[in-house]
Amino acid sequence: MTEEFFTGNRAAAEAAKLSRTQVVAAYPITPQTSAVEYISQFINNGEMKANMIRVESEHSAMSACVGASLAGARTFTASSSQGLQLMSEVLYFASGMRVPTVMGIANRTLSMPVNIWADHQDSMVNRDSGWIQFYCANAQEVLDNIIQAYKICENEKVLLPAMVCYDGFIISHVAERMDVLTQEQADMFLPEPNGSNRPLLDPKEPLQFGEVVYPDWYPDFEYKKHKALLESRETILEVAREYNELFDRSYGLVENYLTEDADIVFMGLGSLTSTTHWVVNELREKREKVGVLKLRVYRPFPDKEVIETCRNAKVVAIIDRDIGYGTTGMLYPDVTRALYPLDERPKCLNFIVGLGGKDVTPETIMNIYKISERALKGEEVDTVNWPDARIYD
Amino acid sequence: MTKKTKIKDLTDEEFLHYGSLSCAGCGAILAFRHVLKALGENTIVINSTGCMAVVMQMAVPKIPYFHVLFENGPAVMSGVEQALDILGKRDDANLLVVAGDGGTADIGMGSLSGAVERGHDFIYLCYDNESYMNTGGQRSGTTPFGAATSTTPVGSVIKGENRPMEMRKDVPEIMIAHNTPYVATASIGYPLDLIDKVKKAATIRGPSYIHVFSSCPAGWRSEPKDSVKLAKLAVQTGFIVLFEHEDGKRTFQHLPKKRKPVKDYLELQGRFQHLLEDRETIEKMEEFVEKRLEWIQR
Repeated sequence: MTEEFFTGNRAAAEAAKLSRTQVVAAYPITPQTSAVEYISQFINNGEMKANMIRVESEHSAMSACVGASLAGARTFTASSSQGLQLMSEVLYFASGMRVPTVMGIANRTLSMPVNIWADHQDSMVNRDSGWIQFYCANAQEVLDNIIQAYKICENEKVLLPAMVCYDGFIISHVAERMDVLTQEQADMFLPEPNGSNRPLLDPKEPLQFGEVVYPDWYPDFEYKKHKALLESRETILEVAREYNELFDRSYGLVENYLTEDADIVFMGLGSLTSTTHWVVNELREKREKVGVLKLRVYRPFPDKEVIETCRNAKVVAIIDRDIGYGTTGMLYPDVTRALYPLDERPKCLNFIVGLGGKDVTPETIMNIYKISERALKGEEVDTVNWPDARIYD
Repeated sequence: MTKKTKIKDLTDEEFLHYGSLSCAGCGAILAFRHVLKALGENTIVINSTGCMAVVMQMAVPKIPYFHVLFENGPAVMSGVEQALDILGKRDDANLLVVAGDGGTADIGMGSLSGAVERGHDFIYLCYDNESYMNTGGQRSGTTPFGAATSTTPVGSVIKGENRPMEMRKDVPEIMIAHNTPYVATASIGYPLDLIDKVKKAATIRGPSYIHVFSSCPAGWRSEPKDSVKLAKLAVQTGFIVLFEHEDGKRTFQHLPKKRKPVKDYLELQGRFQHLLEDRETIEKMEEFVEKRLEWIQR
């Protein structure tokens, strides 16, 4: 292990290298670009034995990853925002072909108006594309999640692609201290790329891929894909345990912080959960019973962990850095659905914050707390709140 | 061109299984059958969505075959090629992308242009039946002037495809502009010529592009028995020019010594029936064909 001072994009590139990725196909988009630039430099310096395909679009980036993966290679790409949307068609293609590719996503909002900064709109609208989704709170998690993702995705019980999402600029461009595995350590954890546990394009053993499936059989295929994603939670936990044993860094599907006796549980994805940690510490000093639940894995949705955490809470403040226009934030309905079967349900509030890179400051979280506290006292509050937007009447 | 294939040289082995779902008289499936005979079983096929992808189901059991999306065949193939390269298996197989004119000239243009520009080593085969036949015959970028399609119908005011004659998207010329090492046009009317060109493409390092004119009785409203005849007539009337382009030079095949009148080609197809009495348009077409023949042999 070496101590480094890396940005999230650098961590993503290091992870692709440490994972011995063989084919990288990518198209530039802010704020993902430097991840791919680092990889290009690694390859051109001979530090990484991989082929880089400098494709003409994100649509082609994912298409090339699918092709390379079905030819037997370990593949990587990274994208953001508009690029991810252009790629959207191919995301379903990749998961339908059960391709174990891994993609870094430096989260950025979707235009218009034009905005290059962080929110989760880009990955959240693709949450149902049959991919595993990880959300990172810092550069260390970017590195650890990508390396673990390969081991999860390539497991023959899973054989699905994964997105490792990290907030644009806030994580992608901010350097922080982190521990980087040595190549020997990475090799100890992640076996050499080997496509032999899945069907490949091989003239010696010709197979037909991507055929039409008629209505009578279609639901069966969909069910198998859905089941594989649901059950991937076990592989995710198993791989996390192995990683922890080797490198002493612990991961679960979620991360609980002081939630055990909390009346108010804050819940969210990505870097804002770190800010929330800080606020929780402040509030705990004032003896307020608050905690934070960070979702590391958003797909498959960690129902069990969410229920366990929220069962005894009185208010759950679900913080969305995205908006489902015409309804609520996108995390909100996942949580309320998971909690619905409980006989006694906590009050679930939704907070839309940090859109288009608006800083989610301790003050923002404190405002969320204040509204949640009013609900705790039995006051009527709005279900969906926009604490950091100017509200015009 | 090197040694020319003769009928007796063709293998009896079929790589296209019987029972394909193609229409009677389908030109594209004929092209694909010949192409596979030329390349043999040591081939990986990436098939962009289109008629072929639908009729090909389970029809090529001896060859690894992947039906992909509408527009991403060349991108998927880029990945396959680069993976085989890094795995040290690059020289093991012929890499073939098959796509129709819609998947090539329209929605897949970016993907094709990118893969060719990057110099991947593969063969791209476009079967051009001049419309979106898989979805019922809508107009594409290669639909010729005057053709009636389901989205350019013959109405009381506008009759068929009406963009200027010379504006049809000419993909082989676009590929030549990419400095593609090998570009060729072919027609299912001349299968041995097609086979020669595919074999040649297989020897080329880098991308090759072959554009095969493929008749479509369902879309052109022609008799299935006339498919091969039409594919020949297109060449004999000068509508289609068969050539190879390599090292900046163009050589021609089956160039008509005495060009047949375009009407011979038009009158066998329902899609052109409304033009047959329109003498002015037919004359313009003759002029256009003459001019293009002159230009291409410049």
